Amino acid sequence: MDKIKKPLPMLLRYAINLAIFAVFLFGVNALITGGSVPNYYTKVIVLCGINIILAVSLNVATGYLGQLPLGHAGFMAVGAYASALFLRAVPNLPEFVAFPLGIILGGIVSGIFGILIGIPALRLKGDYLAIITLGFGEIIRVVLLNIDSVLGFNFTYGAASLKNIPKYTSFFNCFLCVGIVCFLIHTLMKSKHGRAILAVRENEIAADSVGINLTYYKALGFTVSAIFAGVAGALYASYLGILNPSSFGFMKSIEILVMVVLGGMGSMVGSIVSATVLTAVPELVLRAFSDYRMIAYSLLLIVVMIFKPSGLMGQYDFSLTGLIDKARMGKLFRKGKGKKEKAGDK
Amino acid sequence: MNTLSLILRQVVNGLQSGSIYALVALGYSMVYGIIMLLNFAHGDIIMVGAYAAWFCLCGFAGNPILAIIAAIFVCVLLGVSIEKVAYAPLRQSPRLSLLITAIGVSYLLENLAQLVFGAGAKSMPSFMPTSTISIGSIDVSWTAIITLIVTAISMAALTLLVKKSKMGKAMRAVSEDTGAAQLMGINVNRTISFTFALGSALAGIASVLYCAAYPQATPTMGSMLGLKAFVAAVLGGIGSIPGAMVGGLAIGLAEAMVSAVGLSVWKDGIVFAILIVVLLVKPTGIMGHEIQEKV
Repeated sequence: MDKIKKPLPMLLRYAINLAIFAVFLFGVNALITGGSVPNYYTKVIVLCGINIILAVSLNVATGYLGQLPLGHAGFMAVGAYASALFLRAVPNLPEFVAFPLGIILGGIVSGIFGILIGIPALRLKGDYLAIITLGFGEIIRVVLLNIDSVLGFNFTYGAASLKNIPKYTSFFNCFLCVGIVCFLIHTLMKSKHGRAILAVRENEIAADSVGINLTYYKALGFTVSAIFAGVAGALYASYLGILNPSSFGFMKSIEILVMVVLGGMGSMVGSIVSATVLTAVPELVLRAFSDYRMIAYSLLLIVVMIFKPSGLMGQYDFSLTGLIDKARMGKLFRKGKGKKEKAGDK
Repeated sequence: MNTLSLILRQVVNGLQSGSIYALVALGYSMVYGIIMLLNFAHGDIIMVGAYAAWFCLCGFAGNPILAIIAAIFVCVLLGVSIEKVAYAPLRQSPRLSLLITAIGVSYLLENLAQLVFGAGAKSMPSFMPTSTISIGSIDVSWTAIITLIVTAISMAALTLLVKKSKMGKAMRAVSEDTGAAQLMGINVNRTISFTFALGSALAGIASVLYCAAYPQATPTMGSMLGLKAFVAAVLGGIGSIPGAMVGGLAIGLAEAMVSAVGLSVWKDGIVFAILIVVLLVKPTGIMGHEIQEKV
C-alpha cells in the first residue's frame, strides 16, 4: 500500500486544477452559448458567481483575519459605481478592453477605500471594528444617494438609479473572475503573508510577540477583502445594467455574512458552496415561498451559531489534488472523505 | 420668526428625539456592560413594542397608559426570551458567534413582523394631546414635554435601581467581573436576564414615545433607530449608564441641528460620521473606561 510516498509536484497540482477549471468554464459556456440552458438559469448562475466572489472575499476578513466587517456591501457599491461610471464614460472602447479595465478600476477604488477605512478602523478591536465598518457602509449609501445635490450635476443619479451601464457580464467572464479571485486568495493564504494573517486571527497578542506586524497584516487582509468586493461590484453593475444605492444597504452586507458564516468561517469551499446554494435555491426552488426565505435565513443563522458555531464546513478546505494524493497512497478511505465540489480551483 | 427661536425650536426637537435615543441606548449599554454583546436585536424589540402599542391603541379606544403597559410587557417578555433562547446557550462561545446570533435574531424579528403585519406602515391613532404650549417665544408641543418628562422619570428610576437596589448591585458586580461575582454567590444568569428585562422595558417606553413623535409602525423602523441609538451608546461610552443618556441627547441635538441648516438628507450620514470620529479619537466614548486585555 505504501509504495508511493511522494505527493504530486506543485506544478502538476496547478495544472490539474487549471485543466478541471478550464473544462468546467468552457463546458458550461458551450452549453450556454449553444442555447441549451434557458436564459433565466444563466442569469441565476451568473448571480451565483458574483455572490461567490463576495462571499469568498468577505471570508478573507471574517474567516481568515477573524474580524467582523459589517460594511461589505459598501465596498461592493464603491466598486460597482466606479466601474459603471468608467464604462459609461468610455462607450467607444471595445468590450474586451473596457470591461477588464472597469473591473480592475472597481477593485482598485474599492481597495483604496479599504485602506482608508481599514488602517484607522483596525486599530480598534472586535465589536468596534464591526460598528465602524457598518457606519462606513451606511455613509457610502447616503453619499451615493445625495452626492448629486452637493455637486450640482448628475453624477450617481442618486435614488433615480444609474442607468445604461453596458451589460458586459456573461457566464464566461464572471466565472473567469471567480476562478482568478479564488486562485489569488488561495495563493495568498498559502504564502507567508497568509500564515501571518491566520496567526493574527488565532491570537493577536501571541502573533504580536513573534514579530508579526498586526496593523499591517490586518490592513492587508481587510484591503484584499475590499478589493475583491469591488470586483464583485463591478461585475454586478454590468450584470444588472442599472445601479441603485438602496441595494447596497446593511441588509446586503448581512446577506453576504450569512453566506460566509453558514459555509464555515475560514473555509473557501464552504463560502463557495453556501453562496451557490443560498443564491440558487431561493431563486429556483423557493420562489413561491419568497416571504419565508428571509425568515428561514435568519433561523438558519441562529441555529447554526447555537449548534455548530464554526459553520457547516468549519475551517475545512477541499483540495482535489490532495484527494488524488490520498488515493494514490491508498489512504483515501481511512479518514472521512470530503465532499465533491465542482469549481475545482482549490 | 427670528433665528434664536428657530434654534430653540430645533433644540426642543433634538431633545425630544434625543431622549428616545437615550432610552434605547441605555438598553444597548447595559447589555454590553454585562455580557459584552452588541444586541443588534434591541432596535427590533422596539419595533415589536410599537406594534404592541398600535394593537392596543386600536383595540382599547386609544388609552395611552394601557399602550405603554402593553408595550413594556411585550418588550420585556420578548427581550428575556431572546436572551434565554438565543444568547444563553452561547455564553461560553466566542463573541463573534454571539454577535452573529444577535444579527440573526434582529433579521428574524424584522421578517416575522413583515410576514405578520405586512410591509406597509400601520398608522398610529393619535394618543397624545396635539395642542402646544407657548414657552417664551416658541410653541412647544405637549408630546415633546411628555417625552422629556417620561424619559427623565425613567432615567431617575433606573439610576436609583442600579445604585441602590440589591439587584442593581448584582448587575454592577457581574459587569465588573462575572467570575468573581459568581464566587460571591450572585446568580449570574438571573442577573443577566434582569438586565435584558430592564433594557427591554426601557425599549418599550421608547417605542411608545417614538410612536407619539412619528405616528406609524413599520417592520424596519427598529433598525435605523437601533443603529442610531447604538451610535449614541458608543458616543457616551458603551457600558456606562450616564454615558448613554448624554450620548442619546447629543445625537438627537446633532440631528436636529443638521436638519435646521437644511441638510436633513445627510442626517444618517452625519450620525455615522460622528461615530467614526468618536471611535478614532476616543474609542471608549465620553464616559467609558479603558479595558485592558489580559493575556
